[in-house]
Amino acid sequence: MENITENRLNNQEDNSGNEPILVLKEVSVSYAPGKKAVDNVSADIYPNTITAIMGPSGCGKSTLLRAINRMHDLYPNIVTSGDIYLKGKNIMKMNPMEVRRMAGMVFQTPNPFPTMSIYDNVLAGYRLNGIKLKKNEKDEIVRKSLTAVALWDEVKDVMNRRGSFLSGGQQQRLCIARALALKPEVLLMDEPTSALDPVSTNKIEELLLELKKNFTILIVTHNMSQAARISDNSMFMYLGDLVEYAPTKQMFTKPKNKKTEEYLTGIFG
Amino acid sequence: MKDRVFKGLLFAAALIILMLTAGIIYVLIKNSLDVFQTYGFFGFIFNAEWDPRSDSEEYGAWSFIIGTLFTAFFALLLCIPFSLPVALFNGEYFKGRKISSVVGSVVDLLAGIPSIVYGLWGFYTLRPVVIQLGVNASGFGIFLASVVLAIMIIPYASSLSAEFLSMIPDTVKEGAYSLGATRAETIWHVSLPMASSGIVAAYILALGRALGETMAVTMLIGNTTNVPSSLRDTGNTMASVIANQFGEADGLKLSALIGIGLLLFVITAIINLIAKFIMKKLAAG
Amino acid sequence: MKDKDRDKMMWSNIKKRSAKDKIVFGAICFFSFLSMIPLFLIIWEVVSKGYKNFNWRLFTQVAPSSMDALIAKMSGEPIPGGILNGITGTFLIVGLAVLFTVPLGLFVGIYLSEHRDNKFAQTVSYLTDLLQGMPSIVIGIIAYIWVVKPLGSYSALAGSVALTIMMLPMVVRSTEETLKMLPHSLKEAGLALGASYTDVIFKVMVPSGFGGIFTGILLAVSRVMGETAPLMLTALGASVVNWNILEPTAAIPLLIWDFYNDPNLVDIIWSASLLLLIVIFLLNWLAKIVARKWKI
Repeated sequence: MENITENRLNNQEDNSGNEPILVLKEVSVSYAPGKKAVDNVSADIYPNTITAIMGPSGCGKSTLLRAINRMHDLYPNIVTSGDIYLKGKNIMKMNPMEVRRMAGMVFQTPNPFPTMSIYDNVLAGYRLNGIKLKKNEKDEIVRKSLTAVALWDEVKDVMNRRGSFLSGGQQQRLCIARALALKPEVLLMDEPTSALDPVSTNKIEELLLELKKNFTILIVTHNMSQAARISDNSMFMYLGDLVEYAPTKQMFTKPKNKKTEEYLTGIFG
Repeated sequence: MKDRVFKGLLFAAALIILMLTAGIIYVLIKNSLDVFQTYGFFGFIFNAEWDPRSDSEEYGAWSFIIGTLFTAFFALLLCIPFSLPVALFNGEYFKGRKISSVVGSVVDLLAGIPSIVYGLWGFYTLRPVVIQLGVNASGFGIFLASVVLAIMIIPYASSLSAEFLSMIPDTVKEGAYSLGATRAETIWHVSLPMASSGIVAAYILALGRALGETMAVTMLIGNTTNVPSSLRDTGNTMASVIANQFGEADGLKLSALIGIGLLLFVITAIINLIAKFIMKKLAAG
Repeated sequence: MKDKDRDKMMWSNIKKRSAKDKIVFGAICFFSFLSMIPLFLIIWEVVSKGYKNFNWRLFTQVAPSSMDALIAKMSGEPIPGGILNGITGTFLIVGLAVLFTVPLGLFVGIYLSEHRDNKFAQTVSYLTDLLQGMPSIVIGIIAYIWVVKPLGSYSALAGSVALTIMMLPMVVRSTEETLKMLPHSLKEAGLALGASYTDVIFKVMVPSGFGGIFTGILLAVSRVMGETAPLMLTALGASVVNWNILEPTAAIPLLIWDFYNDPNLVDIIWSASLLLLIVIFLLNWLAKIVARKWKI
């Protein structure tokens, strides 16, 4: 892993000797032959940080995120190349099912399973993976996961209601709890607040800052102020390229690249 | 002026549907009144005797009702292992792809084949197989009729089910995949439960088809008057007894056959309305 | 449960689950494939047995009598005759039914698409569903009581009344659904230009939805083309070509039924079925082309 150093975060500060938890090496994704949505992206992501991925729509930010939990394997026409190391293991060589368990995903629109109760939604990962649990283990996981997303007090008396009975913001928090229940190594979030109202968005942002203590979070967002508010490091992508990757403060104050500056000052995007 | 006449005509046309339906129910009841008055409503339904000989004349619908339910439900059961895979093939695995439209069209063509051709095929091709299998000596009976019926209703059950499966948003399915589920697990735990009411409605509609199917059944069921108790038995359905005996019927027998027609109409109407009700509720969200 | 135990459990079952996933996929493909086989078997049987007698005679001669067929058979010759009386009869009965159905179905369909929230329209819509699910044999009984009994004779008219009741709900539904799919602005644009309501419907709406409406009619015709049961109770059948709508009339499916019941005539049963299948599949194919060409 020597050459990983080249992809080190463009950072004046030292990263306190941390080993990166997630390493992207020359990751490319193409939807059709010759058309790369993500082109040769390399980056290191450090534990217990929030990394925001920004860029104009169509820049490949969601595509990159989805590559990390092998979502592209679901669609035969999408080709992913390069290596991705999660905790030192190359996930491109692993079974996608294992990878997806290790990398939790939260989507743009809240997608709780509409036929399952709130309780079952939290446990869906266990049920889907065929893991049998005792009743007290289940209760424990549900309580912990829902507490972690600050939903426990709101839903503890309506556990048997359908997930779709909740409000949009609550549904999204339920989906986060569902991902957390499996104790993933990283949490991948694809514009998780874009379908939500400002109050719910605010709640989720607070939640992410809290979750950072125990998890590593990658969040795709087209909302620059969101990135500024919550992220430690930021990536700026443009036309499939990773243009700049730096600590958020540094990027927002002294962007190195002209494109980044133009994007951040609102010239395009 | 022209518009008012035209709007009047449109209304009149819609009114014809109302009158047509009312008229159908009216003539069915009026022309079967005789038999219901002679034996009583339940006396006619629950009586298994059907004896047209003039000195011991007696009519009851029970054996035909059982024959109908027996063949239709067995056909429904037989059709599930074929129609459900077709629905998943077209509505999930190969949704929107060329191959699914090919498979869909081929299966839909099954719905275009006339009942009487199914009857011929059942008689000349399947009946010898059924005899070979040792189901019974003649090959005719509930089993043969149900097998052919099952094939006939595959397209009705599968195309509608596929439609409901294909409406499940990808985002929900991706939710399951992102937790590590396989495709089969996603189908079992997420897609099928979500599409279940639509699929049930599709099978109810298919059942309605099977209940009213006439020619193929008439040609294959053996046309005997008895309450069938096993798949090996011959029998008659409500539709097949009408097709067989209507021509030479008059008097009380004609009234009894029309009475059976009325019962069949009521049963299929209830079945269809249940299915449509479920689907309307689904469409309303 | 400790995380480690859970992970172990997960890793250990992953192979089994992947295998299961593949088996499910294989089974689904296999059973889907099996479901298509009956169609090919039926077509194969009809074609392989029917092509021999599928000749000019089939279209130019009426169905043979049982006696003539028996004599021909005993002298080792192919049985004489065709199904001309069935072809003309089907043409007469179905044609008449189309004549009844199309204007009525079109009007009801227009009415339903124009009055979506009205109670009466909703009732009519429910009744259309009810008619659509009605077993064909029951429709046969109705046409018998309404037409055969009062006129005192089986007739082509009675047969076409039965087929009309069968086709009507299909044409109503396809018309209604096609017109509902048209953008609302289309109608408004017409009315804004000062055209009358009647003109907007017939010169704008119906032509715009022509593809869908015509497809619906074609499919309805193909559906009733092979109907046998209701015709047995109404048109009955005839051994000669008949163009009088008040007389008993043959039809292709009725002839198939006759041939089925007469061992001497079995030889042309497959040719008659072949013709029926060809016509039905052609109509289906035509419907698909029309639907594609005039897509809204």
